[in-house]
Amino acid sequence: MSLRYVIKRLAEMLPVLLIVVAATFFLAHAVPGGPFDRDRPLPAEVQEKLNAYYGLDQPLYVQLGNYVKNLLHGDLGPSLKYPGWTVNEVIEKRIPVSMALGLVSLVLAVVIGIPVGVLAASRPNSCLDRVPMGFSLLGICIPSFVLGPLLTLFFALYLGWFPPCGWGLPIHYVLPAVTLGLITAAPLARLTRGKVIEAGTQDYVRTARAKGLPLWRVWFLHALRNGLLPVVTYLGPAAANLVSGSFVVESLFDVPGLGRMFVTAIINRDFMLILGTTLVYAIALLVLNLGADLVKAFLDPRIARGQQA
Amino acid sequence: MSATSSPMQATPSGWQRFCRDRAAVVALIFLAIVATVCFLSPWIAPYPYMAQDLALGPVGPCASHWLGTDLLGRDVLSRLLQGGMVSISVGLIATGVALFVGVLYGIIAGELGGAVERLMMRGVDILSTLPLTLIVILCMVVFGQNIWMVFIAVGGVSWLTMARIICTETTSLKSRQFVEASIALGQSKRGILVRHYLPNLAGIIAIYATLTVPGVMMLEAFVSFLGLGLKAPMTSWGMMIKEGADIMEECPWLLISPSVVFALTLLSLNFLGDGLRDAFDPRASRR
Repeated sequence: MSLRYVIKRLAEMLPVLLIVVAATFFLAHAVPGGPFDRDRPLPAEVQEKLNAYYGLDQPLYVQLGNYVKNLLHGDLGPSLKYPGWTVNEVIEKRIPVSMALGLVSLVLAVVIGIPVGVLAASRPNSCLDRVPMGFSLLGICIPSFVLGPLLTLFFALYLGWFPPCGWGLPIHYVLPAVTLGLITAAPLARLTRGKVIEAGTQDYVRTARAKGLPLWRVWFLHALRNGLLPVVTYLGPAAANLVSGSFVVESLFDVPGLGRMFVTAIINRDFMLILGTTLVYAIALLVLNLGADLVKAFLDPRIARGQQA
Repeated sequence: MSATSSPMQATPSGWQRFCRDRAAVVALIFLAIVATVCFLSPWIAPYPYMAQDLALGPVGPCASHWLGTDLLGRDVLSRLLQGGMVSISVGLIATGVALFVGVLYGIIAGELGGAVERLMMRGVDILSTLPLTLIVILCMVVFGQNIWMVFIAVGGVSWLTMARIICTETTSLKSRQFVEASIALGQSKRGILVRHYLPNLAGIIAIYATLTVPGVMMLEAFVSFLGLGLKAPMTSWGMMIKEGADIMEECPWLLISPSVVFALTLLSLNFLGDGLRDAFDPRASRR
């Protein structure tokens, strides 16, 4: 595992990001309707002035060129729908919310998913295995937009424990974080279980048990470590999804995060904001995937050697 | 999974193994019933799915409306069946699109091999790092909210796994002796494709198609949930869940019935896919 490897991976990201920018750019501009469409149409001159001001009257390739040029300076351009705001400012304001919610959910997912998976693996086909895995399968099949409303219905409206929506207090985190956390924990638990069972058949685990180590040490320290690789692979993209905002959960619970911003931006035809949000998501995905690969190489040095050879 | 870890012991046929998997069989029967009822809905639904009864308004489940009615007084059961028809069609047709693209891409890459294969598979790797959900959402907005676009957009982003698997399989088929024999006998490429590749790939295609359907249905529901899928009065399970979630405080039955049916269908599809995979492709649990 060398610095060279990291730099190579980072360099590989550039073309991918360019593809994302170009694809999103053309798609966003192909959307019928423009950002200045109102219920009451603006006078033609005003519309022209606005288009000229934002450079929307130029040919698409010139616009794309300008966009990429500004992007290299870290400038995502002005928001078309929120006058006076730049996309950078909008994203800076929204992303802490999404990241906070994402981190809480991720921690929840890991804290629930991995131990449940290991416990299930330590007693395969017992109640301790069957019951949590049943729930886990259910969690895989229930999308967030079903689980979210059902949780709200039960815990917010019938029991009144949590507010159904709103944002600002820690208690507002509970329902959205639990929704996202459970949805992420479900496949995580299954994956962990499968891999730990596989690792559990190995000699070194038998040795560890035979020499009388406490069972929790055998399973959590010896078996889990080798079962952790695919789990980390799964966690990379999952974390990107959580941190850059889940559209559905943020819309559902009125969370002022980046995910909801993206949907709003599309509805508003705010090209700049659509591009900016997509880019943030793509970067998060790539960086976290790289992070996952680095963690894997740390866990299993053979991987790093294989990649250098 | 433990049942299939030693496929060498006895050699029951794939179907026998499948029939022993009770969960998968129950799932298959459930899916068959749901699909049949949904597709017969134009004839057997108690009410037309768009018939409004504004005087009635929303009522809970009762004798004349088994699952209640929505805000416009439309019968929920009838809409559930209609929505199921749409959701299942999307699942099947979009999977068909994904299958077509993925299998074609995979076979071409595997058959050509070498640098071309590496390039094509690298392309798949790059595509799978793109934020595909965002792209589906954008496509829906760009090309209009109609059902054909849902098929194409959802299918168009779901073929990557299929392409990978088919490519690996084709590569291994290519070096098998019966294929080499055909080549030596002067069989045309097309002949080899039709006589050897497709029949040998059929099992694996079927298995992964079954596993693609729930993902595709979830994606459609997701897009519909954001209000970017189909247009009213057309409906799908995703749209019904959205409508139900909006007014769950007053009318929880509008949320509960589509959610339960949708979740059960996805659950069954997963059971069925796993069952098929375990029965017909024992190596796959290690894939």
